[in-house]
Amino acid sequence: MSPIISISHLAKTYAGGKTALRDISLDIRRGEIFALLGPNGAGKTTLISIVCGIVTPSAGTIFADGHDIVRDYRAARERIGLVPQELTVEAFETVWATVNLSRGLFGKPPNPALIEKVLRDLSLWDRKASQIRTLSGGMKRRVMIAKALSHEPRILFLDEPTAGVDVELRRDMWQLVRHLRASGTTIILTTHYLEEAEEMADRIGVIDKGELILVEDKPALMRKLGKKRLTLALAAPLAQIPAALAAYPLTLSPNKEELIYAYGENGARPGIGALLADLVKAGIVVKDLRTDESSLEDIFVGLIRRTP
Amino acid sequence: MNFHAIRAIYIYEMARTRRTLLQSIVSPVLSTSLYFVVFGSAIGSRISHVGGVSYGAFIVPGLIMLGLLTQSISNASFGIFFPRFVGTIYEILSAPVSAVEIVTAYVGAAATKSVILGLITLATAAIFVRMPIIHPLWMLAFLVLTSITFSMFGFVIGIWANNFEKLQLIPLLVVTPLTFLGGSFYSIDMLPPLWRDITLFNPVVYLISGFRWSFYGISDVGVAISLGMTLVFLAACLALVIWIFRTGYRLKT
Repeated sequence: MSPIISISHLAKTYAGGKTALRDISLDIRRGEIFALLGPNGAGKTTLISIVCGIVTPSAGTIFADGHDIVRDYRAARERIGLVPQELTVEAFETVWATVNLSRGLFGKPPNPALIEKVLRDLSLWDRKASQIRTLSGGMKRRVMIAKALSHEPRILFLDEPTAGVDVELRRDMWQLVRHLRASGTTIILTTHYLEEAEEMADRIGVIDKGELILVEDKPALMRKLGKKRLTLALAAPLAQIPAALAAYPLTLSPNKEELIYAYGENGARPGIGALLADLVKAGIVVKDLRTDESSLEDIFVGLIRRTP
Repeated sequence: MNFHAIRAIYIYEMARTRRTLLQSIVSPVLSTSLYFVVFGSAIGSRISHVGGVSYGAFIVPGLIMLGLLTQSISNASFGIFFPRFVGTIYEILSAPVSAVEIVTAYVGAAATKSVILGLITLATAAIFVRMPIIHPLWMLAFLVLTSITFSMFGFVIGIWANNFEKLQLIPLLVVTPLTFLGGSFYSIDMLPPLWRDITLFNPVVYLISGFRWSFYGISDVGVAISLGMTLVFLAACLALVIWIFRTGYRLKT
């Protein structure tokens, strides 16, 4: 199946000389949730803004659902919805007016029934006649999502969708995103909340200093870069690790009461059974054990540190 | 052509106008009445007729033009400046709309409001003075053409301005003085020859002169020149707008 977005050798240098993106090539698969991670100023918003037509690229090509975003911008843009990072709303307009404006802008005829459904799905129906300035921050964020969904886009960009929203709304949004994906919408989100990417994404891209340093299926990424740790609580403190166990990457805790076994990076086989058997042979008694694994956040921080 | 987008922007902008309808109507009615009290009574008592037209009636086209120019610029400049100021311009830039469609919608809405206000000013003036409209179709043509031209000029100002101060700069410091000095309240034939020649460099002279001709059949300059100058100014504004969208000036980075 052809990718729904195909970015090829994209670069952006701003008029002031700042290079925001360097030779980015990326395909987004149809129907997936793609999370774009990166620190502040990495180029995430610039990348999204170029695809949506807000920023002009310096080099490279982008196709959205087979349409060149420059030469065939009408067909490309009508397939795309954008929820920007900033809460940019016209304070004195009503929810109903602003969402209907969005639908019209994207070339769709008025459809009150659809707008009603969108507003109901986002718990905004009761506030449809309210001026936006009277809404809470979370409600305003929902209005922006409603605007982006009003023209039934096939591709939805969510730029930091849950920045500054409370836990309940964040959960609601995750549910909404899953629902959209189930209905066939492709979703590209940027986030600082790695928990969000870990919870929702099918694939993850990491961007840093304008370069795409990694694109991977989330489970594969976790498998490849994720580390696991087995901590063995000993019945009696151990002065040092016996030579018979030298083949294992073991470390002794500072209080000498725990043995720590790190494994799992690059999909390595743990061999825990063999370790436990060798511990018994060495006369070491284990009274308890626990395992931990690295989160996406640990992986992300590790990746960013590796880039020069 | 994205007609749905044009319609959506137009309706949205007109709704903004409707929200301030009372203020929109009261303001021109009040200012027209004040101009009649100040200029019509005070100056009119010294100048009874200009070119065979009573002074009170003579200033009506100039008064309408004064309102038309300032309202057209103000409506259109605010219409596009505000989305830039609050950031909602992102939606217009990311929508499948062309520059022509954006300008048509914003300028169309601003010009509509200006024409309505012009007609309200005309109706208010009719309470104070009797005036013929010899060429009503030409009067409407000048009204609409000037509204479109200056709405387009306002659109350019709304894109150029990066703060509220700049938004007011040209209307207050350039357009209003040019309108006052462009024969709104006098015929340029009443000026000394040197000042008359200098005044001919003021583009507003041609707008007011042509508009006044449509009322009374009298003009400071030939009506064809007035029409030509209006069209030249329209073309200049159009060229500026096309350049703005081609280069993304103040819109895209």
